[in-house]
Amino acid sequence: MSLTNDQLQTVAHLARIAVEPEWTEALRSDINGILDQASRLDDPRLNELEPMAHPLDQVQRLRPDSVTETDQRETLMEGAPAQEQGLFLVPKVIE
Amino acid sequence: MPTSDTQHRGGDAALINASIAELRDGLMTGEYTAADLAAVFAQRIETIDPSLNSLVSRVEPAEPASAAGRLAGIPYVHKDIFCAKGTRTTCGSRMLADWVAPYDSTVHERLTESGAVLLGKANMDEFAMGSSNENSHFGAVANPWDANAVPGGSSGGSAAAVAARLVPFATGTDTGGSIRQPAAFCGVTGIKPTYGRVSRYGMIAYASSFDQGGVIAKSAADCALVLGEMAGFDERDSTSADRPVPDYVAGLDESISGLRVGIPKQWFSDALDPAVGDAVSAAIDELRAAGAETVEIDLPDADIALAAYYLLAPAEASSNLSRFDGVRFGYRCEDPKDLQDLYERTRSEGFGSEVKRRILVGTYALSAGYYDAFYRRAQKARRLVTDHFQRAFEQCDVIAGPVTPTPAFDRGAHSADPAKMYLEDIFTIPVNLAGLPGMSVPAGFVEGRPVGLQLIGRHFDEARLLNVAHQYQQRVDWHERMPSMAADSANDNREG
Repeated sequence: MSLTNDQLQTVAHLARIAVEPEWTEALRSDINGILDQASRLDDPRLNELEPMAHPLDQVQRLRPDSVTETDQRETLMEGAPAQEQGLFLVPKVIE
Repeated sequence: MPTSDTQHRGGDAALINASIAELRDGLMTGEYTAADLAAVFAQRIETIDPSLNSLVSRVEPAEPASAAGRLAGIPYVHKDIFCAKGTRTTCGSRMLADWVAPYDSTVHERLTESGAVLLGKANMDEFAMGSSNENSHFGAVANPWDANAVPGGSSGGSAAAVAARLVPFATGTDTGGSIRQPAAFCGVTGIKPTYGRVSRYGMIAYASSFDQGGVIAKSAADCALVLGEMAGFDERDSTSADRPVPDYVAGLDESISGLRVGIPKQWFSDALDPAVGDAVSAAIDELRAAGAETVEIDLPDADIALAAYYLLAPAEASSNLSRFDGVRFGYRCEDPKDLQDLYERTRSEGFGSEVKRRILVGTYALSAGYYDAFYRRAQKARRLVTDHFQRAFEQCDVIAGPVTPTPAFDRGAHSADPAKMYLEDIFTIPVNLAGLPGMSVPAGFVEGRPVGLQLIGRHFDEARLLNVAHQYQQRVDWHERMPSMAADSANDNREG
């Protein structure tokens, strides 16, 4: 299975990563190299196996539905690239 | 014990090669203070690290938070993936180049409570993606044994720093081999515990069903001491294992007589450099000499494991790294024209090539129409590989084999072909797929570059791995060898 240029553009858009035109061909070839290895997964022994999502086959532990974290808004906002009055700033979304 | 400034700058060979237990003795008897010790190692960082680039930040040493803890006064560095409040935490990325962590990881909190003294943050492959430490925004790291060789990755800075005796120990993380492979390449001891043994809270996520924090130190005894302080249940990590932590140090001296050591026959194939194979075989002979029995076991399908990992880990990464969007924290591109442009350029400029490659592979593997062919199929392969280990452990108590197919390769050797670089992880990745604990133990040299012996245990059997590694280290001195660049510096400084 190999990736076409159009597919690469679609995936790049889904991942919100701009791929510079001069990188496209090399990137496509790298990704296809990785996908070539994935052909090993066509092995028929895998057909009947149960997919494994967790290395210890554990299920997600639940905790009581209660507030445990304290309000850290000011501290957390300090890492924001742009902010005003405690709000994150982004380019205008609504015209 | 030297006390003058000049002599401290030297950090004489006995001190920098001392075990953590010996350093604790020196502190307890008042031979030196925690501040003396911090000064010795900080000075070594100052003089030696410019030629290694193993650290991305230095931290002014604080007074130990505890005087009675088992690591009270022991200096260390964190892989720069662990958040420490108020400290820049970069994950080796431009995306986080200026980000200051607003909270402590559980690992940092526990080491602090134990009295350990943070001296810096170690260089690493960006977001832990890499096997050579060449993917760091902060530049490559040199291998202390040979400046032309890579130190391995992704915990390359941690391994290089310990090998050069810049600190007695360092934290690391291992998603596909990122503790064991650099430990092997740098001739130091590393342990990747069972998945869930060490809390992932505050450890920046790459592939959450694989990521596991651990330790890199000179010896198994040092690893045992540090791991005991780091490990244990944490309710803030939903996959943390709720089971008691044994006293790893107490079990070190047990005899390994009668222990059944499994040797995976498929791992000693054409893919393995014969000289590495010889060193590993000699190490296994030592285990036999110590009373262990060896049995040949089957661990096939390492190539399937590799293929599965390089879909599953990128798939998880594509999800985990979606948080880096230029809005809430981290890098943001200049003058975005709209929100779409903000996202795309921030991520394009903030991430390096390998991270982008893996995000794209992962996004593709998870996208509509390919999910069953790639992601689900890879999860089935994970089951296959785990089943192989389960069968193997019916015949043996631990598994011993190589960590890597070759010794440390030259810088730039694999950078043109990512798929070839991935082959470096062929013996480490299966262990992560199954969530098992694994160690790398120094086992000799090939043309001046270190070789590691890998030990793999059953789930939560870290105590036994550490015991076997320690018994091996009672019989050999590979782990006590120090690269000449580190030894020369110690001597130069002592004389100067």
